[in-house]
Parts: sequence; C-alpha cells; structure tokens
Amino acid sequence: MDNPSRGAGWASLATLAVIVALWWAVTASGLIAPLFLPGPGAVGLRIVDLARNGFVGASLWQHAGASLARVGLAMLFAVVTAIPVGMAMGLSRRINAALDPLIEFYRPVPPLAYLPLIVIWCGIGEATKVILITLAIFAPLAIATASGVRRVDADRVRAARSLGASRDQVVWLVIFPSALPDILTGLRIALGVGWSTLVAAELVAATRGLGFMVQSASQMLVTDVVIAGILLIAVIALAIELVLRWVERRFAGWSGTR
Amino acid sequence: MTDPAASVLSADAVCVTYRSRNGAVQALRNVSLAVATGEIVVALGASGCGKSTLLGLYAGFARPTSGRVLIEGAPVTGPGPDRAVVFQDDALMPWLSAQDNVAFGLRLRGMGRPEREAVARDLLREVGLDGFADHAINEMSGGMRQRVGLARALAVDPRFLLMDEPLGALDELTRERMQVLLLQLWQRSGKGIFLITHSIEEALFLATELVLFSPRPGRIVQRYRPTFGRRFLAGEPLRAIKSDPEFLAMRETLAAAILSEEEEGLARG
Repeated sequence: MDNPSRGAGWASLATLAVIVALWWAVTASGLIAPLFLPGPGAVGLRIVDLARNGFVGASLWQHAGASLARVGLAMLFAVVTAIPVGMAMGLSRRINAALDPLIEFYRPVPPLAYLPLIVIWCGIGEATKVILITLAIFAPLAIATASGVRRVDADRVRAARSLGASRDQVVWLVIFPSALPDILTGLRIALGVGWSTLVAAELVAATRGLGFMVQSASQMLVTDVVIAGILLIAVIALAIELVLRWVERRFAGWSGTR
Repeated sequence: MTDPAASVLSADAVCVTYRSRNGAVQALRNVSLAVATGEIVVALGASGCGKSTLLGLYAGFARPTSGRVLIEGAPVTGPGPDRAVVFQDDALMPWLSAQDNVAFGLRLRGMGRPEREAVARDLLREVGLDGFADHAINEMSGGMRQRVGLARALAVDPRFLLMDEPLGALDELTRERMQVLLLQLWQRSGKGIFLITHSIEEALFLATELVLFSPRPGRIVQRYRPTFGRRFLAGEPLRAIKSDPEFLAMRETLAAAILSEEEEGLARG
C-alpha cells in the first residue's frame, strides 16, 4: 500500500506530465512560434511520419539502425580488446606501467578533438566512426577492468590456491568473476560515452544515422524532426542503459549486497 | 598419544622478518611447532603476535626467512589441497551458490558436475546446512557462511585444516555451536587442525595442544595439553566442562599469562 518505490515512480511520471503540459501550453497558446518549438502533437505526428516515410533519403529505421550498428560494432571491438588489456594491467604491475601513460594520455581528450585526425587517416567512411567510438569506449572499460581486478579480495585468491587452483584457474574462476561487477559498470559508463560521441560524430560526417538526421533537419529548419530526433536519441540511450542494468543484475547481482 | 601412521605438518625453527619503513620487523622468531593428523593445535595470543604469519607459512602463502616448513618430511613449496584454509572473513565466491562453493575445489580438479554436486550435498548435510544447497551466499548469516567455508575446505579431503580465527566474527551462541560441530567433524575425520583464536575459552575447549604466542617478536612462550575437547566427545556435558574448576583455573592462568606478556611487551617498547 505505502510502497516507497511506487511513490517514486509516480513522482517521475508527474515530472514528465508537467513538462509535456508546459510544452503544450506554450506552443498551443502561440507564445512560441512552431518554427522554434513545435507542439507535442506535431512532434508526435512527425515521429509517425518519420517511421513511415523516412527523412533525407533513408527511413527512420535505417538512420537508427546505422547509429546502433556503429555503436554495437565498436562495443564488440572494445570488449574483446579492452577487457583482456584491463585484466593484464590489473594483474601485472609492469604491464600497467607500460600502458597506463598511453591510456591516461588520450582518455581526457574529447573524442571530437581527435576526430579530424582519424578523418585524415581513414576518410569519412564507416571505419572512422567505428574507430572513434571504439577509442571512446576502450579507455573507461580498460580502466574499470584493471581497477576491478586490483580490488579482488586477496583471501579469495588464497582460498582458491589452497584448494589447488592453477594460475589460469585463479584468473578465470576467481579474479574475472570478482571483477565482473566493475567491468559491467565500466561498460555501462563507456557505452554512454560511446553513444553521445557517435551522435556527435554523425553531425560532422555521415550520410545516415540519427545524428546526421538531426543535423540535416536543422539546416532545413525542420524543427519538429530535430526534436523528434533528439527524443529518439534519448530513448535509445535510456534503452541501452536499462538493458545493461538488467545484465548487471543478472550476472553481478551478488555484488550489491556485499 | 601421536599415532605412528599420522602425517605431520611442522615448522622447524622458523623466523620471518619483514622489511618495513622503520627497519626490519621480526614477525616470528625461532618458532617450532608440529601439527599431526588427529590433533587440534590452537594458537592463542594478542593480535600482531605472528599467529597468522605462521598459518601463512603452513599454507604455503609465504616462505620463512630462515628455518623450514615440512609436510611429511618434504618442504612446503606453495599452497595445496592437502592443507585447506578456512578464513575469518569467509572468502567464499559470492557469485556461486552454497553448493557450488563447496564443490569449487572439486571443479578445479575437473570432477564432473553430478559427482561433485553429490559430494557437496553430503558435506552441506554434515555441517548442518541440509536444504541450503541453492542458496546464494549473501542470503546467509555469518555462521552459515563459515559452515560453507568449512565444507568447502573439507570437500578437497585435506589432511590438514588451517583455520584463521574462523569463529571470530560470530556471536557467542553461534560460536559455541560451531565449536561443537568442529569437534565432531574432527573426531569423525581425524584431520590435523591448526586453529588461531583470540578466545581463551575456545582455545581451551578445542585444543589438544595449546600454544601461547607473544608479540614483538612473535614467538611461542607457553605450551599446554588441555583435554576438555576429548572429554566433551567422550560424553561429558558442555556446561559441566566449561564450569569445571580445572577449566576455570586454566582460563585464569592463561588470561594472566597473556596480560603479563602484553605488559612486558609494552615495557620493552
């Protein structure tokens, strides 16, 4: 009856309702011209229209699919490289000393600052975008993995060794699962960074993708497409976040209570 | 009393010296102590007196600076399943169920799933956790976790159990129940047990040999051979043993000895 989490859910919905109501009020009353801010109804209709007819030579699904494919591919590359690299850094002080300066050097640089360099090297094709996102995801994921490995309880490792574990068994049956919650949190943060980097990259050089769609619409002053695009970008980011939270609960749920 | 067929895990005049910022620190000085199968050797003493360092040597986690650690006459070169360790902080794998934790050591050896699950279920029953096989570790109380830790150590059928304050974090009643369980398991299995504790009562009740450690440098200052555990297993009631004048007298003697060692240690700086 007095469920606090349900109360919290209502509060979030109330905020959403107030914002949509204000949005509707200022547009329906003519206070703000549709060129600057179309009403919720117009944007809703535009989303339906985008889904049916697409925009600038590609359907909405092709735009969204292009963006998701880039992020998905980059995530795949980053996972198969950054997690082993992070594990090695966490396990070996020497490997950490060798790689840490490199990662710490490029990590704080905004990806869009080195995008021009990647464009010069690799052109404006798909490779450039995937490389950019992979780089953006790689650093936070490798760092999270390494710190997760370093935080593993020493007694847990000793317990495994006294039960007869080999070095490889310690790494894969004790250290990796112990670090998994940190790895998944790192992945969640990294994908957030990756998604925002991607959309920004598509504003610069692309012929397809949600960022490109928003950019073209703004040049043509089709404001309802701009807003629809922004909403879709946010909704997809939220969906990615929720999926990864589910993955965390499913595979690392034990860590929250300890 | 030692069975001629017994295995022996022994520390032979071991010294351990750490290098720290304030110069060399001697954690153990000239400690000789043997644990035979069928015995419970209990190390009692204030914190920082080197008890855990000695356990680490027995387990093979560390090497002595001088002296030797031998198992059946051969030097200990590293950790191994003939000397399973039970930790104060259970050191279980929280992503595995109770049963999978117990079976962990068997999985390391490549034993098949149905076989090792059968062994694990039997051991969980033996430590009083029948019906908890599929429970997650973080759903269990401290006492239950220590039972899982004990079952995990027993699963690899070690000759020696090395226990580092395994009951230190438990409340008084749970602790007494675990002491009884430990004595019963020991009687049935005949393993050699090396156990570290802060509790004088626990040491007296469990030990067949009790050694008192003193800090700075860590060394053995007294040795006793209590018989209370064996008397309990022979059928004498627990409360009668713990209120036996002999038990109480030894408790006072040990308390006085620990106190005087501490004062001496403070006087020495």
